[in-house]
Amino acid sequence: MMKTAYMDYNATAPILPSAASAMADAINLVGNPSSVHRLGREARAKMEAARDAVAALVNAPRDWVIFTSGGTEADALALNGVDCERVLVSAVEHAAVLNARADVEVIAVDANGVIDLVALEDMLDGRSTLISVMAANNETGVIQPVKDVVALARKHGALVHCDAVQAIGKTEFDMLALDLDMVSLSAHKIGGPQGVGALVKRDGINLNAIQRGGGQERSLRGGTENLIGIIGFGAAAKEIMDFSTIGALRDLLETQTKTLGAMVLGETVERLPNTSCFAFEGLTSERQVMALDLAGVMVSAGSACSSGTVKASHVLKAMKVDEELANCAIRVSLGWGSTKDDVDMFVEAWSKLVERVQTRKSSRSNAA
Amino acid sequence: MGGNSQENPVYLDYQATTPTDPRVVDAMMPYFTQKFGNPHSRNHAYGWEAEEAVEEGRRQVADIIGANSKEIIFTSGATESNNLALKGVAQFYKSKRNHIITCVTEHKCVLDTCRHLEQDGFDVTYLPVQENGLIDLDELKAAMTDKTVLVSIMAVNNEIGVIQPLKEIGAICRENKTFFHTDAAQAVGKIELDVEEMNIDLMSISGHKIYGPMGIGALYVRRRPRVRIIAQINGGGQERGMRSGTLSPALCVGLGEACKIAKEEMASEAERLHELQMHMWTRFQEELPEVYLNGDLEKRIPGNLNVSYAFVEGEGLMMGIKDLAVSSGSACTSASLEPSYVLRALGVEEELAHTSLRLGIGRFTTKEEVDYATDRIIKEVQRLREMSPLFEMAQQGIDIKSIQWAEH
Repeated sequence: MMKTAYMDYNATAPILPSAASAMADAINLVGNPSSVHRLGREARAKMEAARDAVAALVNAPRDWVIFTSGGTEADALALNGVDCERVLVSAVEHAAVLNARADVEVIAVDANGVIDLVALEDMLDGRSTLISVMAANNETGVIQPVKDVVALARKHGALVHCDAVQAIGKTEFDMLALDLDMVSLSAHKIGGPQGVGALVKRDGINLNAIQRGGGQERSLRGGTENLIGIIGFGAAAKEIMDFSTIGALRDLLETQTKTLGAMVLGETVERLPNTSCFAFEGLTSERQVMALDLAGVMVSAGSACSSGTVKASHVLKAMKVDEELANCAIRVSLGWGSTKDDVDMFVEAWSKLVERVQTRKSSRSNAA
Repeated sequence: MGGNSQENPVYLDYQATTPTDPRVVDAMMPYFTQKFGNPHSRNHAYGWEAEEAVEEGRRQVADIIGANSKEIIFTSGATESNNLALKGVAQFYKSKRNHIITCVTEHKCVLDTCRHLEQDGFDVTYLPVQENGLIDLDELKAAMTDKTVLVSIMAVNNEIGVIQPLKEIGAICRENKTFFHTDAAQAVGKIELDVEEMNIDLMSISGHKIYGPMGIGALYVRRRPRVRIIAQINGGGQERGMRSGTLSPALCVGLGEACKIAKEEMASEAERLHELQMHMWTRFQEELPEVYLNGDLEKRIPGNLNVSYAFVEGEGLMMGIKDLAVSSGSACTSASLEPSYVLRALGVEEELAHTSLRLGIGRFTTKEEVDYATDRIIKEVQRLREMSPLFEMAQQGIDIKSIQWAEH
């Protein structure tokens, strides 16, 4: 089999061995966690242990955790379940937040994709408001000043929801220290399974269930829980990635690509240590992604959710990146399994592609 | 699972959840442990492989209900499917039609959703059921108006296992140009389902009730004539815009495999379970007086019995048979001590409803387990009745209801 380098962790992370074995051990559990007999209670105990681990990951009390089918459902529950007149969301949010409801109002971001706090404060007018701002962006890795957003919100009596799907496991994230009201999490971005996530909700915030029935998750999310998935999520939540090692690999990759002329987006502001989004003028994202794939290197042209469609990233657009340049951007994202070999493979394949293009360009200009 | 109380209890709660079939486990395991692509990543090999696995699962799900795979939307389970079907249709057609018909014995998630829709201005008719648990088709016809957008009637009841007359309901709906949704969580793989023959427009499917994994289900949404729904979870636009969120290839593969096995083995499994079911019920009738079967015996899936053991306190009975994993109501609500609303709807008196057990058997239940469980229940009922003055009085021919109890 051809050697491959998986560098698309922000789309989904390979499952951690510990999560895989926890799920393999659990797969023969019989019993609905809501059943009162012994097998049901055993299933529930396993689920509650996983709830502890997920709560600990964001430093929240365990009974704040509402398990969902993933980050998208958690976002939908947060934005639609809260009673408020207005919902303000940053322009670079994931589609799950931007499209959660039709009446969201968009908060502008600066050229780095960082939320414009002045614009936000201007929008706040005393009406009951929920602000939704992500901890870190999925395409650029740019980290938002969540603490400042919360401070503004408190001043104006607004609530704050934070989509922390990309941030957890990649940077410190403390829900209590940030004083957040609600936080969305996803298992498969941190090496857990797909199909499970959570909304962590502070006590005292009134939330109406979106998915009704059965009374599970304290009546905030009906439906038999994804027991095996939740157990896998719990196992993954216990593993903390070494941020500095990943950061060093990412920096190595960026140093090399920049030498060849790549332009890194959001470089001057605080970013996740695992993500690099860069553009190379004259070389479309699609061409880069395809060429890299042929060489066994897997990266993304944007967020995986929308990558089936060829349209410019709304994130880069909001950052006012020139459209032509935006169409030449790719995202490389690393994670727990990434090695220097992966980075070397990437650099080799990518520099070959760049050289090819440059040779052709120069021969064309020579001919002219 | 043996009958010894030191080991695992005998599992008789197949309507709450089913053990995952080992063949399903084998099919899913590679996707849990090695293959991890995001099925929506369209630009690299890992993504393609995941997508192909998801689509194969989708075909298998479509296959068991006579649908096209393009008509299958994956969800997180039957509860989400029911929510999506009811709210999705109601909200889309709200300006034209705003009346919904359902039934009082539906699963909690259907009833809760309907109550919520009532708050949003919809009219909902809750059809009663007959003593045998089935709806009266004439009452359905009478309830239909030109404003009726949706009829939602479950295929098989989760507590009493009765099968509603789907084909007849489908015909009535089609005649009235009303959409027909059925919650088939308890029916898939247990009875033959054909969306064409039965005129079903939307169908909810569960993974963990059919020997697949928890955390996955599906909603069938008819394409011809087309049924439109409004998505309840928005985002990346997956599942053709009807349900956003990254799919789990492992779970999709698991649900697909579960459907494939169910389709192949349904006939032989039903025959075997019917024998076990009848064996159990015959023994109860022969060895215990005053036992009552809740729900129709004929129009019933073979894996379910719901029995009232008069003069026995349900909680006491449950405590006495700790080596059997059974339920006294639906699992979702069984933590509460309220009598089952399903049994109440059949006209079972509150007292008697409290003496009821739901006995669910399935693919891995053995004859030995059934005999062991039947022995245990009979013995425990006899023991409790020996201590019951009410039972003694009843045996002497005193009509207990006629007694004027002193107020305390």
